[in-house]
Amino acid sequence: FLALECERFSICNEEKRNLSLGGHVGFDSLPEQLVSKSVTQGFCFNILCVGETGIGKSTLMNTLFNTMFENEEASHYQNGVYLRPRTYDLQETNVRLKLTIVDTVGFGDQINKEDSYKPIVDYIDTQFENYLQEELKIKRSLFNYHDTRIHICLYFIAPTGHSLKSLDLVTMKKLDSKVNIIPIIAKADTISKSELHKFKIKIMSELVSNGVQIYQFPTDDETVSEINASMNAHLPFAVVGSVEEVKVGNKAVRARQYPWGVVQVENESHCDFVKLREMLIRVNMEDLREQTHARHYELYRRCKLEEMGFKDTDPDSEPFSLQETYEAKRKEFLGDLQRKEEEMRQMFVNKVKETEAELKDKERELHEKFEQLKRMHQEEKKKVEDKRGYLEEEMNAFNKRKAAAETLSLSQPVKKDKDKKK
Amino acid sequence: MGQQKNLEGYVGFASLPNQVYRKSVKRGFEFTLMVVGESGLGKSTLINSLFLTDLYSAEYPGPSNRIKKTVQVEQSKVLIKEGGVQLLLTIVDTPGFGDAVDNSNCWQPVIDHIDSKFEDYLNSESRVNRRQMPDSRIHCCLYFIAPSGHGLKPLDIEFMKRLHEKVNVIPLIAKADTLTPEECQQFKKQIMREIQEHKIKIYEFPETDDEEENRLVKKIKDKLPLAVVGSNTIIEVNGKRVRGRQYPWGVAEVENSDHCDFTILRDMLIRTHMQDLKDVTNNVHYENYRSRKLAAVTYNGVDNNKAKGQLSTKLETVDGMSPLAQMEEERREHVAKMKKMEMEMEQVFEMKVKEKVQKLKDSEAELQRRHEQMKKNLDAQHKELEDKRRVFEEERANWETHQRLQQQQMEATRTLEKNKKKGKIF
Repeated sequence: FLALECERFSICNEEKRNLSLGGHVGFDSLPEQLVSKSVTQGFCFNILCVGETGIGKSTLMNTLFNTMFENEEASHYQNGVYLRPRTYDLQETNVRLKLTIVDTVGFGDQINKEDSYKPIVDYIDTQFENYLQEELKIKRSLFNYHDTRIHICLYFIAPTGHSLKSLDLVTMKKLDSKVNIIPIIAKADTISKSELHKFKIKIMSELVSNGVQIYQFPTDDETVSEINASMNAHLPFAVVGSVEEVKVGNKAVRARQYPWGVVQVENESHCDFVKLREMLIRVNMEDLREQTHARHYELYRRCKLEEMGFKDTDPDSEPFSLQETYEAKRKEFLGDLQRKEEEMRQMFVNKVKETEAELKDKERELHEKFEQLKRMHQEEKKKVEDKRGYLEEEMNAFNKRKAAAETLSLSQPVKKDKDKKK
Repeated sequence: MGQQKNLEGYVGFASLPNQVYRKSVKRGFEFTLMVVGESGLGKSTLINSLFLTDLYSAEYPGPSNRIKKTVQVEQSKVLIKEGGVQLLLTIVDTPGFGDAVDNSNCWQPVIDHIDSKFEDYLNSESRVNRRQMPDSRIHCCLYFIAPSGHGLKPLDIEFMKRLHEKVNVIPLIAKADTLTPEECQQFKKQIMREIQEHKIKIYEFPETDDEEENRLVKKIKDKLPLAVVGSNTIIEVNGKRVRGRQYPWGVAEVENSDHCDFTILRDMLIRTHMQDLKDVTNNVHYENYRSRKLAAVTYNGVDNNKAKGQLSTKLETVDGMSPLAQMEEERREHVAKMKKMEMEMEQVFEMKVKEKVQKLKDSEAELQRRHEQMKKNLDAQHKELEDKRRVFEEERANWETHQRLQQQQMEATRTLEKNKKKGKIF
């Protein structure tokens, strides 16, 4: 990123002349003009503290900023990890700083810590997303936007003296492409000097072998390259925090009082607190803000836009036009919606057809059934008719017999009387 | 929004301004200045005087020496260094401006140029892969007014009206050494009157919290528009070497505030307000361009689909939303609409099906009823027939029995008679 910035003066294809000035023009006040504007606007800085409950995150913040930020002691019984941002307005001489401290409550307390990193990643992404949304608005006001993007993640390592915990490695790996990470060894007053040395080496080698990218203090600017380079060699910083004061000699210093001695926070042979403060606040605060914007945010933005289907056209051809892409996307999108509508209508038309066919079949079946019944009925009727016919025939035959018999009996005299005389 | 906290000791973020200073020096600065005015008004000379360098020389002639038939927009880039600070200065000039007989629309190439720089910036800002974003936007436009002493020309008014919402316009009275102080005063008053009349918004110096600064700003405001003199030559006056114009009656010194407002211009343009000019360009003029451009896009998108008569999308762009968020909103609306449509269709469908099924049922019931009726009739007929038969058979059986009896009787009688005849019976 910084190398590209320096290229700026050589990127134009046009001829560029170097001219010498015949006197004092006065544009050497430009940095001053820029600075005075930013002082008027005020600065904004956002710190994320990741570490187990009770590891000393709040105390360190209080010590760093020489003030008592309000904090209830966290319990160990949180269901999950949640992030608690708090914003404070600080002022030093004429410099106003809007400081947001984000605490990870409940980190490391659960039995199953597989998802512990998720709320942290989500929070960081959300701040990027909010900025991106503002940047993409049609009417936007970026210059007075309250920037909530995390500029630095202080990762608190427990002072076991052995190595990093797997939770530490997993979490830092998930965060290293999203935020500047400075790993610190917390409660360093529980480790002896020799143990500490070994511990630092072990931690750094584990980070390297696991490909975790931590923040490197920049060495490109000659004014600060030396001090930054030497500080890089002291990572991770072993810190001790304290808001209590102990009298040492004739001064009251911030320290932790033990029966065996007093651990002075600002004594560089006792811990790296001063180094942390120097690097974090007094030398590289602006660089942390720049890196967040130019590197981490750009990466997020690029991924997000690519996810949504935006693409840069061939760099050799016409420059990419946002308007054209928006238009194309919109056409596509509206066409898509239209298609969905059509599909649904079509589906209904088919459904209706199907059901109509079904019902028609049923109707046909019904008619067949009744036709059949009708036929059966006709048959039955015929049978009855036949029977009737037979009966009538028989009756006719019978009547004929009767008639015949009648005729016969009439033609024959009746001998009965004669018999009866004898 | 944030809670006020008092610090109990030095923290060190007061060094932030220094950090910013350091980084800005490392990065270097850019500034693009445009000069517009008829030829011969001393534009090149003024630029050279402002930057104390031979930007325009025999080798690189100024706009008045590059006679053009139509208005051109040309730029030259120079890299200058001072006190460790690097400045990439781009001067954009417009040879041919106002020099034709018919100057209608001579401002158009200027407007087009400014817009194209905004467009370039917008495009590079909108890339997915953003890298270096060189800022070639015009940060300031010095407009040269001929020292007629009377008022603004129609061309002056027209130009400023068209450009005041695209760029920071600073009007200057050129060749001020042709006006006496009184004439100059009158001229300035007249110009400012006309500017207000035509509601032209020239670059305004920002108010600050600093009282001292505000007083200075007020002093400057009273002298607008600034009357300037430029010179490429150095003359000795009272033992001092100064930039000036030698006349038989004296020397008009460029940097003498009694002679002209050059130093005010220089101090304001370069020493105190250069950064502000860039900020106003970025935060106001560019943002106006951008929002107008993007609003047009979304409007076009809606237009296309209104023709197809499909979705009822919002006609005006929602001011507070990015186009992507707007698409998201539309998608959600559409999903809701589809759901509603689906439900309605389902309802209609169900109703129709119910109707048909009911009809079928009724039809079936009717047929069934008729069938039963017919069956009943038939059964009745059947029964009737059976009864009839029974009766008949009974009758027949009786008759037959009767006949048989009779027959038997007759047989018996005949046999008796036969036997009698035979003498069998005594």
